[in-house]
Amino acid sequence: MTDSPLVQDFATDWDHSDPQWVADPYPIWDDLRQRCPVAHTERYGGGWFPVTHAGVSEIAKDTDNFTSRNVVIGNGRPTELDLPAPIGVAPPITSDPPFHAIARRLILPAFAPGPINALEPMIRELCSSLLDELVGEGVVNAGTKYAQYIPPGVIRGMLGFPEEDIEHFLEMVHIIMEGIDHAEEERIVEFEPVEAYFAAQMEDHMDNPRDDLTSYLLNVELEGQNLAMEHVFGTMVLILVAGIDTTWSAIGSAIWHLAQNPEDLARLVNEPDLMPVAIEEFLRFYAPVTMARLVKHDMEYQGCPMKEDDWILLGFPAANRDPVAFKDADQFIIDRAENRHVAFGLGIHRCAGSNLARLEMRVALEEFIKRYPRFDLAEPEAVTWAPGQIRGPRNLPIRILP
Amino acid sequence: MKVRIDPEICQGQGRCFSIAPGVFDFDDLGNGVVIGDGTLTNDTIELARLAQSNCPEHAIFIEE
Repeated sequence: MTDSPLVQDFATDWDHSDPQWVADPYPIWDDLRQRCPVAHTERYGGGWFPVTHAGVSEIAKDTDNFTSRNVVIGNGRPTELDLPAPIGVAPPITSDPPFHAIARRLILPAFAPGPINALEPMIRELCSSLLDELVGEGVVNAGTKYAQYIPPGVIRGMLGFPEEDIEHFLEMVHIIMEGIDHAEEERIVEFEPVEAYFAAQMEDHMDNPRDDLTSYLLNVELEGQNLAMEHVFGTMVLILVAGIDTTWSAIGSAIWHLAQNPEDLARLVNEPDLMPVAIEEFLRFYAPVTMARLVKHDMEYQGCPMKEDDWILLGFPAANRDPVAFKDADQFIIDRAENRHVAFGLGIHRCAGSNLARLEMRVALEEFIKRYPRFDLAEPEAVTWAPGQIRGPRNLPIRILP
Repeated sequence: MKVRIDPEICQGQGRCFSIAPGVFDFDDLGNGVVIGDGTLTNDTIELARLAQSNCPEHAIFIEE
């Protein structure tokens, strides 16, 4: 969005890719909450941004007036080429009721606490080996050398793709992440090597079924039928896209916070049982994910004249800072006891990977602070933040303290 | 005193069974379920209340 004019007033012209928003969105949201609880923009073909917990909650749960046909804001709208609602492009995240429930029931068992908790030793080994690579360095890049590699490594393990393929797998992930919002014609070409590699893995799993996500997807039945190979591939792509920069951002933000708040870091080092509660506060305070909806039909909402196909930017991170919903909402309280944060969304589209995200965050932080009980930011001004709907630090140089 | 989860409201946010594993469990889809008939004792009532105050969906109900 570097060629877009800078925003002067976020109430009438918001842009989640504006440099001011990318650098520090919280003061913008606090200001809007006071004077304009549903902000408007003409950018991206028109859209609205509810900034209160009540507004976000109401729209997230209202599938009659708002559709998930597209959840990532762009300048275009889904065309006739895309599958029509209620199925959408990448079920179930882009599905509406009633199909949504069917597509969701298909993947939820693989992400329920039972199978997810079984991954803990694998995740711990991955984190530990990433840290082994950094031994002896006084400054470590916790973004590009640590957080970034955890989610793809975990998903590789879950899919049951060979460990020795990790470099190739990371390349495939890179192609997917780069290409996912490209036009369909480009994407088909770009994804060719990915499809070939994934097809080979699927074939291997068909010949040698095992206890992993690939075998699960190949064997699961939807309305009495196994999934088509394209559906299995599509679901794998969705899992990769939804599960990588999101969790990477959450881990990075937590490390960024601890680097600047030595008293919180010391508490986690000395009170390991505090970690699950702290994870929820990291999720509230630094919620990385903002989703979108499209308005289904012309309607008035809180006095706003919404038009069919206007975007809704569902600001879960903004809802988490609403003082009406949270006591001392602008304070990070590591042992906050009551915390109804909405980092994973609300309603039927609750993040299907939330149990996995929490586990990755917990293990990643436990291993990091075990290795480095004291650290701070090596260059605060060098930290960069991802623009758009997933917020988290990318370049994150951390200075290890004795 | 009894606790129950409204299955129509629960979306599997996963807070209750993490906070109060003796009171709540999860099903195959990861949705919260109450263990047994949900009767609370002096030992479990505070944990059940804490879980209730952390449920983003407001799906937990405690009744006399």
